[in-house]
Formats: sequence, structure tokens, C-alpha cells
Amino acid sequence: MGADVDKVFKALAAPERRLLLDRLRASNGQTLSELCMHLDMTRQAVTKHLKLLEEAALVATIRRGREKLHYLNPMPIHEIAERWIGKYERGRLRVLAELKSKLEEDTDG
Amino acid sequence: MADSEFVYVTYIRTTPEKLWRALTEPEFTRKFWVETVQECEWKAGSTWKLKVPDGRIADSGEVLEIDPPRKLVLSWQNHLFPEVTAEGFSRLTYSLEQMGSTVKLTVTHSMERKDSELVKKVSNGWPHILASLKSLLETGQQLEGTDHWPEGI
Repeated sequence: MGADVDKVFKALAAPERRLLLDRLRASNGQTLSELCMHLDMTRQAVTKHLKLLEEAALVATIRRGREKLHYLNPMPIHEIAERWIGKYERGRLRVLAELKSKLEEDTDG
Repeated sequence: MADSEFVYVTYIRTTPEKLWRALTEPEFTRKFWVETVQECEWKAGSTWKLKVPDGRIADSGEVLEIDPPRKLVLSWQNHLFPEVTAEGFSRLTYSLEQMGSTVKLTVTHSMERKDSELVKKVSNGWPHILASLKSLLETGQQLEGTDHWPEGI
């Protein structure tokens, strides 16, 4: 039981589910109806994707009265990073990521 | 609902009793929670303090709800950063649920304020602290960077 790593990678291997995680990152703690807004997916499809994300512990849910709120749970991805990224690499990786994003921004502009 | 809120869920191969001790007792927290210790009588209404190694109180509050080894709710105000202190009290909830051979630990940290700096600051720390707690309980070894208070804070 728990967040086994196969479930995490399978859950991440679909653009629709990554989009749902992006939406939660932008605004944490949304209901199903809020998540369905502005999405080209049926309510049933969103429900199905959320279930897989929840089984992989990428999404955590909390009941508030009659509402079920969905949160992005960073723990599984943190554990994956912890497994393959060393403590001393982290600072350098952040600098490289910032450089990449800066350069790509300049190109786009 | 709270305006700023984070939820962390991790599954730990341990018992609720052991996890409860790890979350509250100094000999555990020193190892996975950057050398901090909590001062508290662990009763509803008692004051709660989080002390850093040099003796300063980093955060403090009150026990709002306590039901060992299932649920603990604390009010939480930071004292290290003036702009964060000014935000007042946040709310931290630990809930522990036995699921087979593991315990599902849910940690929520929330504040009734949009874009809370406190919630933003703790959200940088919680995943690593909780991952280290899991590692400590499952392997006896905490993660790098969680066994000492960060320099310069």
C-alpha cells in the first residue's frame, strides 16, 4: 500500500493528468467542478484521472463539509528527486534551469 | 476554506504510536527536523514552542486539538521573520491513519489569508522534513540536510 513508484510514473504518463496537476499547482484545494472549468474533458474523464492521481498519492483530498477538495501532494515527486538527485547537485541544477528559462524567454520575446 | 493551504501525504511503514512519538519527542525531532525540539505538555490548550539549537523560539502557538495517536492540531505563529510574524497564526494539522502495514500521515498547513508568506515559507521545508521522517522511521537514517539547523537563519 502507499505511493509505489510505478503508480506515480503511470499517473504522470498522461498529458491530461499532468494538466490537472498544473491546475492544482496554480490554485490548490479545488473541487471537482472547479477543476472541470475551462477544460476540454468530460466530468467523468476528470474523475477518472483524479482517481489515478489520488491512488499514486500525487493528489490528496480533504473533505470540507459537503465538498471534496483536491490538493497537489508534492511528496512522491520529492521522493523521486531525492533518489536520483544529490544534495550538492541541487543548487547547480537550479542555476541551469533558471538559465534555460531565461534564454528561452529571450528567444520567445 | 483557508486562503493559503498545503497538504502533504506520505505513507510510512511504522505504527501510529511510533509515528506520534517521532512527531512530538525531542530525540526524534532533533534528527529529522533540523535539530529543533518542541516544548509542550501535549494537552488541549497547552502552549507549544519550536526551539532552534541556539535557544531561540522559531515558532509558537497552542494545542487546539489532541487525540493521540490519531490527530494533532496546533496554532502556529512564526517569530524568525518580522513580516511573517505580522501575519499572525496559521493552523497545522497532523492526522495519522493506519492502512495495513503503513501509516498514512496527512499534514496540512493553512492560513486564512491570500498568498501567506508563512505558508509559502513552510511549503519549501515540509516535503524534505517529512521525507526525512519517513526515512528515519523506515531505515533508521534521516536524509541529508535535515540533521542540522541551516546556517544563517
